[in-house]
Amino acid sequence: MYDLIIIGGGPAGLAAAVKAKECGLKKVMICERSTELGGILNQCIHNGFGLTYFKEELTGPEYASRFIDMLKETDVEVRTDTMVLDISPEKEVHMVSPAMGYRVEKAKAVILAMGCRERSRGALSIPGTRPAGVYTAGAAQKYVNIDGYLPGRRVVILGSGDIGLIMARRLTLEGCKVLACVELNEYSSGLNRNIVQCLNDYDIPLLLSHTVTNISGDRRVERVTVSEVDNKTKQPIPGTEQYFDCDTLLLSVGLIPENELSRDAGINLDPRTKGPYVYDNMETSLPGVFACGNVLHVHDLVDFVTQEAQRAAAAAAEYVKKGQPERGEVLDVKTAGGVTYTVPQQICPADLEGDTKVSFRVNRVFGKSRIVVSSGDRELFTQKKPFMMPGEMQNVMLPADILKAAEDSITVEARED
Amino acid sequence: MNKNYDVVIIGCGTSGAAIAYTLSKYDLRVAVLEKENDVAMGTTRANSGILHAGYDPEPGTLMAKLNVRGVEIARELADKLGYMYKPVGSLVLAFSGHDVKTIKTLKARGDANGVKGCRILTKEEVQQMEPMVSENVVAALYAPSAICSPWELCLCMAETAVLNGTDLLLETEVVDISREKDGDWKVVAARNLDPLTQADAKDRKSTELLEFSARFVINAAGLYADKVHDMAAPHSFDIIPSRGEYYLLDKAEGFRARHTIFQCPDENGKGVLVSPTVHGNLIVGPNSEKSRPDDYSTTSEGQAYVKKASAKSVPSVDFRNNIRNFAGIRAKSDRADFIIEEAKGAENFIDVAGICSPGLSSAPAIGEYVAELLAGKGLALKQKPGEMKYYRKPAHFKDLSADEKNALIAKDPSYGRVVCRCESITEGEMRDTFGSPIPPRSVDAIKRRTMAGQGRCQGGFCGPQVVKILAENLGLTEDRILQNAAGSWMVIRKEDR
Amino acid sequence: MKELICIVCPRGCRLTVNENNDYAVTGNSCKRGEVYGKAEVTAPVRVVTSTVRVLQDGRVPSRDRAVRCPVKTSDAIPKGLIFDAVKAIEAASVKPPVRIGDVIIPHICGTQADLVATKNII
Repeated sequence: MYDLIIIGGGPAGLAAAVKAKECGLKKVMICERSTELGGILNQCIHNGFGLTYFKEELTGPEYASRFIDMLKETDVEVRTDTMVLDISPEKEVHMVSPAMGYRVEKAKAVILAMGCRERSRGALSIPGTRPAGVYTAGAAQKYVNIDGYLPGRRVVILGSGDIGLIMARRLTLEGCKVLACVELNEYSSGLNRNIVQCLNDYDIPLLLSHTVTNISGDRRVERVTVSEVDNKTKQPIPGTEQYFDCDTLLLSVGLIPENELSRDAGINLDPRTKGPYVYDNMETSLPGVFACGNVLHVHDLVDFVTQEAQRAAAAAAEYVKKGQPERGEVLDVKTAGGVTYTVPQQICPADLEGDTKVSFRVNRVFGKSRIVVSSGDRELFTQKKPFMMPGEMQNVMLPADILKAAEDSITVEARED
Repeated sequence: MNKNYDVVIIGCGTSGAAIAYTLSKYDLRVAVLEKENDVAMGTTRANSGILHAGYDPEPGTLMAKLNVRGVEIARELADKLGYMYKPVGSLVLAFSGHDVKTIKTLKARGDANGVKGCRILTKEEVQQMEPMVSENVVAALYAPSAICSPWELCLCMAETAVLNGTDLLLETEVVDISREKDGDWKVVAARNLDPLTQADAKDRKSTELLEFSARFVINAAGLYADKVHDMAAPHSFDIIPSRGEYYLLDKAEGFRARHTIFQCPDENGKGVLVSPTVHGNLIVGPNSEKSRPDDYSTTSEGQAYVKKASAKSVPSVDFRNNIRNFAGIRAKSDRADFIIEEAKGAENFIDVAGICSPGLSSAPAIGEYVAELLAGKGLALKQKPGEMKYYRKPAHFKDLSADEKNALIAKDPSYGRVVCRCESITEGEMRDTFGSPIPPRSVDAIKRRTMAGQGRCQGGFCGPQVVKILAENLGLTEDRILQNAAGSWMVIRKEDR
Repeated sequence: MKELICIVCPRGCRLTVNENNDYAVTGNSCKRGEVYGKAEVTAPVRVVTSTVRVLQDGRVPSRDRAVRCPVKTSDAIPKGLIFDAVKAIEAASVKPPVRIGDVIIPHICGTQADLVATKNII
């Protein structure tokens, strides 16, 4: 019997494992399906990681290695090349690996840290042929940074998510021609700094309010059609077609938390985040099962993944040591005014000390605005925000006393000044 | 090089594979010439995957006869060859008095065609059997149809044929057919020399010519059957390609339909269906539009039509869970029935053409029918000595018990490495395919054989891994690996940019 | 006056740099933003990241063995030298074992920055 099994050896799982040992758990296992720890960080060779957590600028592999080194100082059992196939409600974890075969291991607590996957062409239903050369940006990143191959010579990128922007620069440096980055919305979903240093630096046009409306090429991509879209309906405007002769189309059109294991285990999922519903201690609807990182909701900064994972691991350690906590009153966290979701979705104020971090996103670009947290018609908390956009996750720290003063639910709302 | 055969089959879609499969029981020299780098690359690779019960074709037609007999054999083959087959049954929904008349006509046709088990259902019965169906339904025809994976059915028949001595030549496109002095047919084919580029059969630099002589030639060239026919005989029919577009949805949508749900057929065909697939996904489509024989593109209009039309049957389908759009092309002809006959003016040249729906359902019977035709023309069908060998692909790792899994991993640890996360396909299963009678040559060929990359991430994660596995097993570098057909290269070396 | 988006951290502060007042920076939230703003207008610099070939000599080929080693310039280099740096990186290679921080090209393109490994490769 393990105290804790962590599923996923990316940034969330690594931070959770280290934290769980700090919190005094004894038998801890971390399962990683790849042959090495680090998850997606291994292919994110660009810099910009760690500014919040380590106060220095690291590349993805460097950020991962910090935690891998910390993990080496512990007795956490690391099982790489190990795929978890099933989690039962009794916290039996079914796993398979070439080295150890098919095994079922039981744990007192489980942390879900499986990360997310990229939305593919099907999710967008882009019309046209089905040639080779349409890749998700992450798959292309793996080909280039890990395998040392290029996905093509002339590239159009659909979506301005961070991976797409990073790949625009990466491929340009590798000698490919990146013709355009095409974004459906009137704003980019990536970080501003990436637009500056990945597109502007290399004169790659960013076509906002545009989308790819056709792919042609029988065997390999030969051309894509790009059309302007109506900002209200998001439908292409006839007559605005531009044609790009290219052999590659990269898709950077969103990430989806990977929760098939969670769903099969009977864990309740939030249709907005596509991750589990969690309490303020990151516990899911299945007692003793916690979630953190991109499996819970998609993050844009790894530093926040690390912090969330530490929060989940500390709570998992409590759970193992003391059993299921008395929840007392449970506050539902509701949203209003352009806030699309919150994590956590439920808060138990009874035992809270210090501040509780609530993360959320907004559904449009906000100028100077305030985040207002209220309960019923009482405003409990406000915080000014100079600027918010959907591409940047927002956080507020809610003091324990205001949460204890709330009744039934709190509502997190964005109000533009 | 001049190779001598009793029978040369042109094209290895389901029809060609079924004929090869049937003939492989007999003591014959048979070759199948396929222009693509795998079997099932034309009409077979993209269709609804329905084994129709047989109520649709007009009684007395070849379609009616072969449909009913075909699904009977298909059911037996499911046991013998182990391809995925699910007898889910089908419903033809009626929404009006006119529709009710139509389903009664269909029922009568089914009875006349010898289909057993068709019955008319009341609204309540339909709703009980199929809870997600539209409120507006008034009645339905139930028929005992089944679903399968069409490329899998084709592949396992072709694999078994090869296992029993049939020569399958891939990337070999027939360019000329003529009569030799001794009365045999001479078939000239161009073989692509560089898989990385799509060959031009007329270009002698990128192809080499192969010659085959055969007593019988079978034209199962699908969308190109009219062109192949014209090489050997005076023009007598046209193929009129008809494209149909589909949505394939995530398994999360699989619960929307338990049966294959049709609407009443009209002049455009069987209309848009909503059906589970054998893999647990939901398939929605097709529309019907004229197209070129090589244009598999989808259109925003076609997609919109399919979405809208399907809502009439099952309004709750959530198209946000779509994982793939694709189009298939039906090889309709200008005749109302299948064309399975000796071509006029070309003795011993047999056309198997215009095999549109219910072509998949009929295919196994087409094999039998063609064998009888050949026997009638004097070809001796002598059973091969010994037992027929059946190629059964290994079971999916994920379907095995814990002990069976561990036994496999102990034998070969690569069964313990899950490469395709969405469908839980292991490296061991992928490696197995290279030892099969028709080894894969592309990423999609691995998909057709194992389901890897067919799930919700559509190869986003496993794509690069599968490329590596192909490269290792084919002894090639990764830049030589294809997504699917010739010319569908995936990556380039930095040096070649 | 020049308007910029700061790229020092993900916050993306909107900076204003006054060329007529000794490149005074406003709109920044931290000291690093000020340094960036000034440099971006006078002599823009970037950190370059890429990969170099990992020599496999004598090793049994294996799918799990790294073929590329990620690298970065230890400091930002002038923007105008990025493509020269890329050329130098393409020609470079490493022989395992490699440790994070190992210098692969000292003083890349004659700058103060070294090209260093960003991953441990055994």
